Parts: sequence; C-alpha cells; structure tokens
Amino acid sequence: MTARESVISVRGATATLGARPVLRGVDLTVHRGEVVALLGANGSGKSTAVRSVIGQVPLTGGRIELFGTEQKRFRDWARVGYVPQRTTAASGVPATIREVVASGRLSRRRFGWLTKADKAAVEAAIDLVGLSDRAKDSVSALSGGQHQRVLIARALASEPELLIMDEPMAGVDLASQEILASTLREQVAGGTSVLLVLHELGPLEPLIDRAVVLRDGCVVHDGPPPEAVGQHALPGHDHVHPHAAGEPLRTGLLT
Amino acid sequence: MEMLDLAFMQRALLAAVLVGITAPAVGIYLVQRRQALMGDGIGHVAMTGVGLGFLLNSSPVWMATLVAVVGSVAMELIRAYGKTRGDLALALLFYGGMAGGVLLINLSPTGSNANLSSYLFGSLSTVSSEDITAIAILAAFVVLVTVGLRRQLFAVSQDEEFARVTGLPVRALNLLIAVTAAVTVTVAMRVVGLLLVSALMVVPVAAAQQLSKSFRTTFVLAVATGITVTLAGTATSYYQDVPPGATIVLYAIGVFVLLTLLATPLAKRRARAAEAGAESCDAPLPPRPRTSDDVQV
Repeated sequence: MTARESVISVRGATATLGARPVLRGVDLTVHRGEVVALLGANGSGKSTAVRSVIGQVPLTGGRIELFGTEQKRFRDWARVGYVPQRTTAASGVPATIREVVASGRLSRRRFGWLTKADKAAVEAAIDLVGLSDRAKDSVSALSGGQHQRVLIARALASEPELLIMDEPMAGVDLASQEILASTLREQVAGGTSVLLVLHELGPLEPLIDRAVVLRDGCVVHDGPPPEAVGQHALPGHDHVHPHAAGEPLRTGLLT
Repeated sequence: MEMLDLAFMQRALLAAVLVGITAPAVGIYLVQRRQALMGDGIGHVAMTGVGLGFLLNSSPVWMATLVAVVGSVAMELIRAYGKTRGDLALALLFYGGMAGGVLLINLSPTGSNANLSSYLFGSLSTVSSEDITAIAILAAFVVLVTVGLRRQLFAVSQDEEFARVTGLPVRALNLLIAVTAAVTVTVAMRVVGLLLVSALMVVPVAAAQQLSKSFRTTFVLAVATGITVTLAGTATSYYQDVPPGATIVLYAIGVFVLLTLLATPLAKRRARAAEAGAESCDAPLPPRPRTSDDVQV
C-alpha cells in the first residue's frame, strides 16, 4: 500500500471485445485528490479501460478495486460520478435539463421521493455547469457543448468523490470547454479525484497531475503529462509511427 | 346521453378510459428508448394467447396476458443479450405469435374467425363484466408501475449505461417495462384490438411531444390525449356503428396533426428567441479560436 489511499486501483487488467484483445495487462491507479488523464489514439483501449473500471466491460483477467473494495462487491455508486462518451443527452421523448440532471441523483436516492436536499443538489449541479437559466429548457434545444455540460451536471448531482469522464471535451466548443475546465477545477479544489479520458490535453492541462498513455491495450507512459509542444507532440498523435503499417490509420479526429 | 344507460356501454366507456390512461403511460417509455413498435410485436404474440384461451375454454384476456408477458420477456432478453440478428429473432416471434393465434382459434370448438376479429380490431358489445374486472386490475398495476417508478424508468430509458452506474437494477427495470407493456396490450385488446394497440401507445406520446419541453408535460398531455380519443372514439362507435379501435386511432392521429399544426408557429417563435439569446452571449467568440485545432490531420 502506498502512503496515499487509492480510489481506483487496476492491476493487470485484460479484456476483449469479440475476439480482439483490447486491454493487455493494464495497471492504473488514481489516488485520492488526484487528476489522472488517460491518453492514447483511438482504439488504444482507453474507453474500454474506464468502462471496465465502472463495471460495464467484464475483465478476462486482473483485478479492479474502487475505494479499496473489490469492484464486483462495490455498491456505493453514489461516490462515483460517471460521464459517458455521448454526443447528446437527449432521447426519444423531450426532457428538460433539470429532469436529466435529476437522474444522476438516483445513486443517492434510489427509490422514494426526492427530498429538499436532493433537489438542492440537482440545482447546484446545474449551476456548476452554468446552465441555471436554462434548467427548464428541453435538452434537445442545446448545442453540443451544452449537452456535455448537462451530462457532467448529471454526474455531479450525486456529489461524488470520484469523477470518471470519457472524453468530456469531444465536440465541445471553446466557451463550454472553459466552463467545463473551471467546473472541474472547483471540484478538484474541493477534494474530488478525477479519471478522465482525453485525446488531447487542451484547456484541462494545468489541472492534470499525471497522465497514463495507452497504446494497443498496454500502458506505455505513466507519469507527468507529456509536454504539449505543438499538436504533434501530443500522445493522441503517436499512431503515425511507421511500424504500425498493419493497422488502419487512425487520425484521432473521429471520436 | 342514452348510451350511458346501457350496461355494455358503461363497461365499454370504463374500459376505454383505462386504456386511454395506460397505453400512453407505458408507451412514453417505449418511445423514449426508441422501441415504439414493441407494442405491435407484443400484440401479435398475444394473439396466440387469445387462441389458447378459446381452445382451453378459459378467459382469453388472462391467457393473452400470460402469453404476452412471456413473449415480451423473450423480446427483452433478445434485445439485451441478442447478437447481430436480433431483428430476425423478433420477426420469428411476431409472426409465430400471429400464426399460432389463427391456428389455435380455428382448432377450438367455440372460436371462429369472427371471434378473432373482435380481438384484432376491438369491439364494444363484447366487453363482459369479467373482462372489466381483469382490465381494471391490470390497469391498476400499469399505473402503479409507470407513475410510481417514473424516476427510475425515466433514467433507464434515457441512458441505460448511466443508469447501471448509478446502481439501479437495470435488468429488472427493463423486464418490468416489457411486462408492463405486455399487460397494457391485453388491457387495450378488448377496446382497440391487438393490431391497433401499439398506435395508442405511441401516437398520443408523439402528439404530446409537439407541444412539450419536459418529460412530465409529455406524460400528462399524452395521457390526456389518450383519454380524450378513447372516449370520443367509443362514443362515435356507438352512434355511427363503426369499429371503435379504428375510430380511436384515427382520432389520435387527428390530434397529432392538430397539435403539430399548432406547434409549428410556437417552435418558430422559440427558435427565434433562442437565436436572440445565443447571439448576446456567444457573439464575441471567434469561430475557430484555437490554432492547434487546425493542424490535427
């Protein structure tokens, strides 16, 4: 055990999608209060890695612990706020921002009525992403960046200690990126630990304590975030190595 | 209002109200998860239940409920665990159910195609008092589930993966939606008929969406639309001697067209307002703010 308590601990995780190995022995630790970015080209296994952490992809080997509890026995999901990779928060029926964000509160209050405290937490989460004035609007009337802000507010509604975000910046306009970065800064300042998948560091860079870079399902870097000297220095772009001839070219753009 | 004095019309109107409430109440979750046609599939499967009811000389309503529940659970399992050709498996289930129903009803001594036709398209005069008891019990179950668990069902239908991560029993809730839909099909069977059940689950929801911005308003408007069209359709069917199911569905589509026409100017006004609002806060931003965005390829 390290001196600092770990909120996520992944050891030797292997997973397959169909017959294809996607994770080939991944080690990943997030300590309390730490912000860890998971980087890598498309197809490197970063989404699979976070989805296995939250139990949505079964492992074929290795182990995962959340807050020191074996993941299979972990039930305290209110401590985890999850932001899935989505381009929209809408579904087949209209729903307001408040209605969608309120569903994030289900991990705290699974059945029964929402109390005043629950409703206050929902409003606070909407306020954190700067959408208070639009809480009654339909999510289908929002821009791409605002959709992402709704999804993050939904994760924050349970007042989690750990945020797990899958590409929260994909397709987000600059104004929303800045708002998301400042929301995240506040959360981190309040002691929240964060694991987030990114394909470039962008405006979140100053927040990130450590970067884990995946390539073909293996960790190839675990340490300080790679310095961004121009776009090509970013880990999302190391896929153009000549030895990867057998693979289709992944531009990192189609996320 | 002489029709209110007739016992069979009292039963028919009561059944109509229950159908008007339950069908859109379940339908909204099916529409939300983009399974608008699931009710149609269950309706087909329920035909086997009706046939079995006739053959075994037991209540077709309860038999249809049983078979529809089994069929809907099978459909949900195929949806959840099925691999690439889930649609083919569903097609087998639909048409197997329909063919089974026709075959069984012809095998039974009491059943005939005329009997079957009243289950397919609905009929007012044939709603018996036992039917009403069954319909009322089933409708109470449907309302309890769709209203009592609306937060949970909303979350599961909105984003299944997220719902799983909140720790909700998603698999059980999915099955509950399927079972509730099956029960609704059999509630509605006597009034609108198995072939038109799905329309009453979907069309009032589609109509309500034209005006509403929230799930809650959509739900209330859809149920109100459901009750209005089922009552109007039943009354029309009494005075004009037209089949109630078809009348109800055409009324529902009429409401949809009406609300769409009403909503178009409303939507335009909303869009203008949103545009005006967006300009005031987003205007100062340059269109391509980050030079690094340009060199990605």
